[in-house]
Amino acid sequence: MHDLRFTIPAEELNREPFARTSPDFGKKSELMVTDHGYKCRITNIVPLSEQERLFQLRIVDPRERAMFTFRPGQFLMLEVPGYGEAPISISSATSNREFIELCIRKAGHVTSALFEARQGALVAVRGPFGTSFPMESMQEHDVLLIAGGLGIAPLRAPLFWINDHRDHYRNVSFLYGAKEPSQMLFTYQFEEWKTVSHIDLHTIVEKPDDQWTGRTGMITSLFDDITIDPKNTWAIVCGPPVMFKFVCTHLDKLGIPMNRMFVSLERRMHCGMGKCCRCMVGSTFTCLDGPVFDYWSVINLKEAI
Amino acid sequence: MIYKVISKPEFRAFVDALVRANTSYGPRQVDTGRNGEPIYQFMPVSSADEIAFDYTVTASSAKHLLMPFREELSKFSFRDGNWSQEVSYDAPPIVLFGLRPCDINAINLLDEVMLKGPYPSPYYLARRKNTFIIGMDHLPLPDCFCKSMNRHTTDHGFNLFASDIGEKYFLSINSSKAFNFLKEFETADPTYEDDCLLIERRKTIKQSFQTNVEVTGLPMFLDLEFDSPIWEKWGDKCLNCGTCAMVCPTCYCYNVEEHVETGLGSSSREKRLYSCNLVDFAEVTGGHNFRPKNGDRLKYRYYHHYRGFAVNDNQQICVGCNRCGRACLAGINPKDVINDLRLEKESCMTCVSPSPQKS
Repeated sequence: MHDLRFTIPAEELNREPFARTSPDFGKKSELMVTDHGYKCRITNIVPLSEQERLFQLRIVDPRERAMFTFRPGQFLMLEVPGYGEAPISISSATSNREFIELCIRKAGHVTSALFEARQGALVAVRGPFGTSFPMESMQEHDVLLIAGGLGIAPLRAPLFWINDHRDHYRNVSFLYGAKEPSQMLFTYQFEEWKTVSHIDLHTIVEKPDDQWTGRTGMITSLFDDITIDPKNTWAIVCGPPVMFKFVCTHLDKLGIPMNRMFVSLERRMHCGMGKCCRCMVGSTFTCLDGPVFDYWSVINLKEAI
Repeated sequence: MIYKVISKPEFRAFVDALVRANTSYGPRQVDTGRNGEPIYQFMPVSSADEIAFDYTVTASSAKHLLMPFREELSKFSFRDGNWSQEVSYDAPPIVLFGLRPCDINAINLLDEVMLKGPYPSPYYLARRKNTFIIGMDHLPLPDCFCKSMNRHTTDHGFNLFASDIGEKYFLSINSSKAFNFLKEFETADPTYEDDCLLIERRKTIKQSFQTNVEVTGLPMFLDLEFDSPIWEKWGDKCLNCGTCAMVCPTCYCYNVEEHVETGLGSSSREKRLYSCNLVDFAEVTGGHNFRPKNGDRLKYRYYHHYRGFAVNDNQQICVGCNRCGRACLAGINPKDVINDLRLEKESCMTCVSPSPQKS
């Protein structure tokens, strides 16, 4: 039976409205008014799977590097000069001020060009753009992170954040599903997350291969493995659009409030600044009011998922 | 705002002097249509003789003079494995002559979209600041519906506005630049008769509208009718050509592309105006299209125009010029689509509740 009493926790009363607040720690980045990109050097390329690689970038200019800050969940526009721009979510830790890490799948012509690039090549980034996960509001609560496939890319930043401030969070569970074991990304970090960050990590694949010993099935079946305290849980969901529907409906049934469920939507932004309308959902833009939306906004916005 | 009256020959002399001294754009007849009617466009003009002072309406809007169809955003030059980026916001000063109130309102709306919010566009700002706008009122065409959108008059967004009051023009001077230009020409303060003539002119314009589109409460209607079969019906007619967005004075969606020069020494990032009716508008990398059907895309355009987006305070951005309706190859026009939408709602109400019978 649902508890229908209308109570608002004190910390939520003090919370500012989520959308459109303080990208970049409330500081206005100088980049926001220009179309100049920060020049970056590709310092390292880590192959993650056949299609995905982790690119480590370092902003060349020390002043610009010091200026570049972001919040978990934000994205940036990656420019490969001569090829074009693509919106990419930031996968590195917010505390890492030296390097930017981007987990990129080879899909379009910009990313294909990037995959040709070697270590030391120079690219550019504009940003960061968009809203972020309200990590501060999640403090003293359970956090449930759910990722499907490449959806782990934007979830790495909140994972690092939790790792940096682990004392402030209660139980943290991370459910990760992939189509095949070979498509599972960042497997080398799983042990670290489990043992050092004390994150309850569960993985599942749809199509197992011979070596796979873990769970098989859809990501929703992982909910049986964990216990959720719906009153005190904040959820972050990221994955393909079809996954949102199943996972969010399930979480809604469990009783997690809609404004505590966050999804990161994917659209093809062209400007990142709310001008080109390419990333429009409902009556707003993914680049300004997103990519992080709470589930209540998502069900209100037409064509969102 | 300062008001003056000027005789028609004197106004013509003023316009002539202005367009001779500046890069100017004004309405010119470029062709004749299928039924022999003249087709006007905003084209470069070098003297008053080239301007059609009594033009009806231009086929395209003046949007592309502030927001070109192709605009370079930045330039990359490659050298020795390195690159450098140049961004320039330069815009040459131009004079726009003969804009209708709906066109000026459209520019005001574009101002809100491009210059408000967290990321004002410096490219647009440079062009906007360097543009001198002279507006002129006109009697509406049979299919104009700017009065329904409340965009048939304007009180800002222009430097000078000329209302035709018979023998003379009634001038509204909205900038010191325009005031200074006019000092060299013979103007007079409006008399009581001039004021009366202006009010008479306003009344005539207001009463000449033949098309009325009911847009009250339309944002909510659009939300309720999101899954209506109406969209599929009109979508089936749509050819996805994007003509409507090209002629629209407020369509501003764009595409960013990068082009490498043939010498491979440099490349430029270009902004190109796009249309939400084009098939790949909402396609993401990997091939998923968020709006795969014609109807979805058509609906999106009506949503943008008649519901408005949060970025410009949910204002309806349609100004009611009906350029899209005239230009559409498939004969889709906003009046029919909106009336269809409303009619369906009404018939829907009559079938579920015993509302009064319609004759």
